[in-house]
Amino acid sequence: MADFLFEIGLEEVPARMIASAEAELKRRVIGLLERERLIAADAEAKSYSTPRRLAVLVRGVTEKQADASEELTGPSVKVAFKDGAPTPAAVAFAKKAGVAVEELKTVTTPKGEYLAATVVKAGRVAAEVIAAELPKEIAGIYWAKNMYWRAGKPERFVRPLRWMVALLGAEVVPVEFGGKTAGAITYGHRVLFGDAALKLEAPAKYEEVLLGAYVIADVETRRQKIRKALDRVTRTVEGARWREDHGLIDTLTHLTEWASDRSVILGNFEPEYLSLPEEVLVTVMRDHQKYLAVEDATGKLAPHFLAVLNMEANDAGLGVIRHGNARVLRARFNDARFFWEFDQRMPLKERVKLLENVTFQKELGSYAAKSMRVRELALGLAELVTSRGVVVDAVALDEAAVLAKTDLTTDLVKEFTELQGIVGGLYAKAQGFSEKAAAAIYDQYLPESMEDAVPHTVEGALLSISDKADTIAGMFGLGLEPTGSKDPFALRRAANGIVKMLAESVPALPLTLSEVAGRATPNEAVEAKVRAFLAERLEFYLREAKGQAYDVVKAVLAAGSDDVRDAVSRAEAVTSMRGSSDFEAVSAAFKRMKNILAQAKEKGETFDSASELKDVHAAQAGLARAASEVGSRVETLSVAHEYGAALESVATLRPQVDAFFDQVMVMDPDANVRSGRLALLASIVKSFSGIADFSEIVTAG
Amino acid sequence: MSETAKKALTFQEMLFRLQRFWAEQGCVLQQPYDVEVGAGTMSPDTFLRVLGPKPVRIAYAQPSRRPADGRYGENPNRLFRHTQLQVILKPPPERIQEIYLESLEALGINLHEHDIKFEEDNWEWPVGGAWGVGWQVMLDGLEITQFTYFQQCGGMDLDPICGEITYGLERIAGFLQDVDSIYDIVWAIEPDTGRKVTYGEMRLAEEEQFSAYSFDYAEVPKLWEHLKLYEAECLELLEKARGMDKMDALTLKRFPVLGAYELALKCSHMFNLLDARGAISVTERVGVMARIRTLVVGVAKAYARQGELLAAEPVGELAV
Repeated sequence: MADFLFEIGLEEVPARMIASAEAELKRRVIGLLERERLIAADAEAKSYSTPRRLAVLVRGVTEKQADASEELTGPSVKVAFKDGAPTPAAVAFAKKAGVAVEELKTVTTPKGEYLAATVVKAGRVAAEVIAAELPKEIAGIYWAKNMYWRAGKPERFVRPLRWMVALLGAEVVPVEFGGKTAGAITYGHRVLFGDAALKLEAPAKYEEVLLGAYVIADVETRRQKIRKALDRVTRTVEGARWREDHGLIDTLTHLTEWASDRSVILGNFEPEYLSLPEEVLVTVMRDHQKYLAVEDATGKLAPHFLAVLNMEANDAGLGVIRHGNARVLRARFNDARFFWEFDQRMPLKERVKLLENVTFQKELGSYAAKSMRVRELALGLAELVTSRGVVVDAVALDEAAVLAKTDLTTDLVKEFTELQGIVGGLYAKAQGFSEKAAAAIYDQYLPESMEDAVPHTVEGALLSISDKADTIAGMFGLGLEPTGSKDPFALRRAANGIVKMLAESVPALPLTLSEVAGRATPNEAVEAKVRAFLAERLEFYLREAKGQAYDVVKAVLAAGSDDVRDAVSRAEAVTSMRGSSDFEAVSAAFKRMKNILAQAKEKGETFDSASELKDVHAAQAGLARAASEVGSRVETLSVAHEYGAALESVATLRPQVDAFFDQVMVMDPDANVRSGRLALLASIVKSFSGIADFSEIVTAG
Repeated sequence: MSETAKKALTFQEMLFRLQRFWAEQGCVLQQPYDVEVGAGTMSPDTFLRVLGPKPVRIAYAQPSRRPADGRYGENPNRLFRHTQLQVILKPPPERIQEIYLESLEALGINLHEHDIKFEEDNWEWPVGGAWGVGWQVMLDGLEITQFTYFQQCGGMDLDPICGEITYGLERIAGFLQDVDSIYDIVWAIEPDTGRKVTYGEMRLAEEEQFSAYSFDYAEVPKLWEHLKLYEAECLELLEKARGMDKMDALTLKRFPVLGAYELALKCSHMFNLLDARGAISVTERVGVMARIRTLVVGVAKAYARQGELLAAEPVGELAV
């Protein structure tokens, strides 16, 4: 047994791609070693990465594969021997198996006597197997963007490959890829350690050797070091705290090879910039400079920033670096302030007409046209929800819809596109529009993902739903629907957003998917497609955001997919009942009923409740009675959306259902009896299908 | 930064050092191209020389005009015309990153006192059918260089690929001299009087006037007319280029693909002016860009074809 270490040295890999590539390399190396019978199934393995390397260390690798014996079956004995002498078929088989004809065995199979041979495949040496197989695994790693770098374009990879290490125990495995042959030499931090070669004596020394060369190869260790350094540096300012930002910390972790207490700097900016909106300052720091923001004890933004370095330096050096970073930030803030002030020379109201020159989509016209469509749609939906008791400030919604896209003409949004909507909301507020109008504009792009918040106001939600529905309907009208993995206009995300808002907005928005689709387009064919698209996203929402099982989602949506909140409650009720054996039994019975009914229909049977005979079987009568009682209870509970209680009622049918199927044969020879029983089943299935199609529930049995 | 570095490097000395550094790496020092370009990449020394199999090492400072970026000289960080130092290495040497870092040291930047990061930044010029992958090089939070492995140009795969290093000279100078405004950069110092000539002294008037020209004065109908004329002539040349396969050796080598490229560059510049003037609606934009793409990609293809045909000619026949 030996340890195996494999490292690929690269020019800086994009931060966003490192984590998945590290995981994939580990998976591929383990997969290879398992496939080649070089490790046990539970072998210990650990992966590493920095911007300049991906590595994996596997413990307990066998130096040589065990010999494997395999049974081969050949031709039948009848064909293989004529008068006791081997025929060409026997000779050919023996040759293929690599044994002499005399060594062939006979086995008895259901089809008769056949020739067989035991072939022993000699195990290969691990190093040889790895050298032969690993290059394919390296080449197979997925990268979002690849490049060529060698003449003749022999391979593509994320960035040029600079070195490889492959060590099995103390021995080098000469893996070849990208014009390099793996050795035992790795490299440390480019600046802090320099370009001296580092010889690895053993795989297990990897982390330690790199630590000595200013490289923390383990990502989590590096992340924790960075967080500690941030804490430490922030403590130098009384009462200050750095703003948590997991995404940014992750990026910074993947942008650095080293981290220590001297690799984070806290810099300052002039407090006068704090008069700019926090959103703008934080965006400049986070998105453009990758700085963390600092807040004071009250949670307000403080005039400091934190920069994470791929470097460490003494106080003088850190001073230089701090000075440089502060200078860049000052220039950035200056720009932002310039835009902020310049933009406001032309109020949003005057920008409405500029939208005529901003194309939304070639065939769908300008943003001015879009704004008018969205306005009409939003006000229409507002009327609907108002009639259902929701309080909407229609004036604010109207203003918001008209002004919503005007920030696209501002320099600030042109410079910081990620602030679209937010900037409009801030300008609207500064220009004296109502809180509600400004908030709706501010939130109009929410939610941008399944994890994102929904708009904070009814007006914001109506604006966002209308904007997204208009985009979807417009694109569908042009035949630009998403296909497979292609969704260039992010229509799925838009539809997910609509579903999420209908499900989660506070107060609730009583709108159905049909209403949204119907009002977004006058074209019925497009409406049907949009409606189906939204229903498909509801299915996605139930599964991904709500964690509902596949069969539950199917069962619930079969009973209706128009009312999003209702579908969510039904799904949750079904899921909470799943563990109950009574409910499972009843679900199984529903499946049976549906099958019986389907078969009967195929045979042309009639279901006639009037043909019921007087002397019905006791179990049938019992089921009919119970079903009718439970049915009316379920209906009352369903109207009140008390689906949990309703399903508990359904589950109480179990004794009657069991008794019926135990004692009664539905397909009685007497046509009248048969028809009556079928009618009973049909009415049960019908009256209990409002919550979910229980026959879709996958039961354990 | 260290005091010596701050004192030592004027704008022009910085350029000298970089040019000397790259000359020592085997680069031919070329002069700036004398047609308006938006970036050093658009100079034929990059855009056309990256095509084909012939090795190239070349470096040049390229004034780059971006009319829409003009700010009448009022913004301390933005320029209508800035200067790029463009380095082209085909094929890229294996140690290209290390060599690049050495070039920063040549500017007096002590890497042990600074934070350098190579952050993903992929470059693309759709109008030229050109793209590459690479990084923006960040020095203490400042983007000082665009580093690209050029992959495609004129819609054609490059083989070998090409390394392209583009230094933003004003940015680096501002950093080295620690000034908050580009216009305060010291361009040169008169050795006898000690008088400092600033960037502002040399260039502010240009920024003011060209901003005014491109935002306020440029005559839109005339710009469209210029664009049309340049385009028509370029298209005519490209049409003739279709007959290159049948040209005799002399006609072939004299066929002005390079002239066609200048006409395409003129179109690109007219487009930028019209854009700055706010004369191109978003709807039109796509269409005009497609027109220019036809020219630029057409030229690249013709250039590549001409190169192939010339390479196939027996040497003797060329010496007419």
